[in-house]
Amino acid sequence: MPMVRITDVRKAYASGLEALKGASLDIHEGEILALLGPNGAGKTTLISTICGITQPTSGTITVGGHDVVTDYRGARSLVGLVPQEINLEPFERVINTVRFSRGLFGKPKDDALLERILRQLSLWDKKDNRIMELSGGMKRRVLIAKALAHEPRVLFLDEPTAGVDVELRRDMWEIVAGLKKAGVTIILTTHYIEEAEAIADRIAVINKGEILLVEEKTALMTRLGQKELRIELHEPVDALPAALADRGLRIEEGGQVLVYTYDTAQERTGIATLIREVSEAGLVLRDLQTRQNSLEDIFVGLVSKQEDAA
Amino acid sequence: MNWQAIRAIYVFEMSRFFRTLLQSFVSPVISTSLYFVVFGAAIGSRIDQVEGVSYGAFIVPGLIMLSVMTQAISNASFGIYFPKFIGTIYELLSAPINFLEIVLGYVGAAATKALFIGIVILGTSALFVDLSIQHPLAMLAFLVLTCLSFALFGFIIGIWAGNFEQLQLIPLLVVTPLVFLGGSFYSISMLPPVWQTISFFNPVVYLVSGFRWSFFGFADVPIGLSLLAIAGFTVLCLAIIWWIFKTGWRIRQ
Repeated sequence: MPMVRITDVRKAYASGLEALKGASLDIHEGEILALLGPNGAGKTTLISTICGITQPTSGTITVGGHDVVTDYRGARSLVGLVPQEINLEPFERVINTVRFSRGLFGKPKDDALLERILRQLSLWDKKDNRIMELSGGMKRRVLIAKALAHEPRVLFLDEPTAGVDVELRRDMWEIVAGLKKAGVTIILTTHYIEEAEAIADRIAVINKGEILLVEEKTALMTRLGQKELRIELHEPVDALPAALADRGLRIEEGGQVLVYTYDTAQERTGIATLIREVSEAGLVLRDLQTRQNSLEDIFVGLVSKQEDAA
Repeated sequence: MNWQAIRAIYVFEMSRFFRTLLQSFVSPVISTSLYFVVFGAAIGSRIDQVEGVSYGAFIVPGLIMLSVMTQAISNASFGIYFPKFIGTIYELLSAPINFLEIVLGYVGAAATKALFIGIVILGTSALFVDLSIQHPLAMLAFLVLTCLSFALFGFIIGIWAGNFEQLQLIPLLVVTPLVFLGGSFYSISMLPPVWQTISFFNPVVYLVSGFRWSFFGFADVPIGLSLLAIAGFTVLCLAIIWWIFKTGWRIRQ
């Protein structure tokens, strides 16, 4: 049984906007799943529907086997949510808002646990500060502390690093890695591909309310990944020699570099033949480089394919 | 029932009250004192007595009602509107709590604050005039019921309001006039007959009258009617809240 099971969920708002069009997805216990998609793809709607902020128009969602609508208490007590916006009461003190969150989820007071969470997030020194006295990064940590205060088994992070500086983003990734180690299942939405690439175990791509693909990150990158071979020449060429004309080569950097794109999944990549042919054509190699396509290329490819199909 | 959650909301809301203790405590004391100076001393010197009670003492129940009603409404409406306004409502919606628990937490806290202010005003009044309470239990019951029912009403306003203007609209345009015209500072019998008749359409008249009865033993309307009015108002608010709960109106999309 997956930790979170989303089955054919549709969500239409009163305005007529259909934010989710039959999304299905299983999230396994203990994994980090990145929900990747452009702005307006339905990421936040999907999370909100799992967490109970909106109700699905149709379809079912279970968390730990509890249906989020009919058994919302069971489902929601397992879930922690870190929203995208910094939604905090400015005049409240850090420790009070974290205590409030724990109580709201029906858990008895446990100051030792809250201290551990606040220390883990480097917030302990700030526990008596008012929220408005904190920096943006600190506020984001407070949101995480609030979400963790009731010891959730599943944590949703909605764009945790949107508008956050590079250093804080690294911190955030470390925090997420630490939570995973503690056994928490983590779902994060992002439109930063590097983020998904850096920390996720699996990646789900969502666009226009549909889940286009769910894959292990590494499998995804090898399955769809293409590689580029860059051949740097000793002498620049103006045009490709006739013998190489139909090999699909691209000339770059003023004739200094030939670029060959190939699929790593194919049995024969054609590299050996190509290099032999380059030599036979009388070109002298200076250097060779290969470059793995980034997730970004895969992502852009998928999204544009969906748009072509539409 | 998620009692921890109700407690958490209650404690959180009360902490807002204690954080602004100066404002919460001092402002009713000052405004009550002002009313005594203006109404008690200036007007009271001309009116002298109403049905055998000094004018200063006569206005005490109305004064308490005025503050309790407006405070219960503003505390409850602000309490639930503020999370909507700044976005922290997400936490209430994603927590394993139901609407009843949310209502109990917010309305309970708002009613407690209003009750506290009512008692402060009663205490302050005792410094200015001689007060005797003929039916202390009835007085307390009226006070608590008014706090609760107007906190419920405030909660509904807070759910309904889409901006701060709307939040102020009903208290300002409906409640304050009704309370001022509800016999807080005069006996209905002092009015010309036409205005007496009109006054009986004002629900606040019944509340103030019943509350005053618990102090002095006389009233503008029979005490049974007053009880009926406050019970009816409470039931109406509960029904609206039940409907909001059933339909999820203005809360969950």
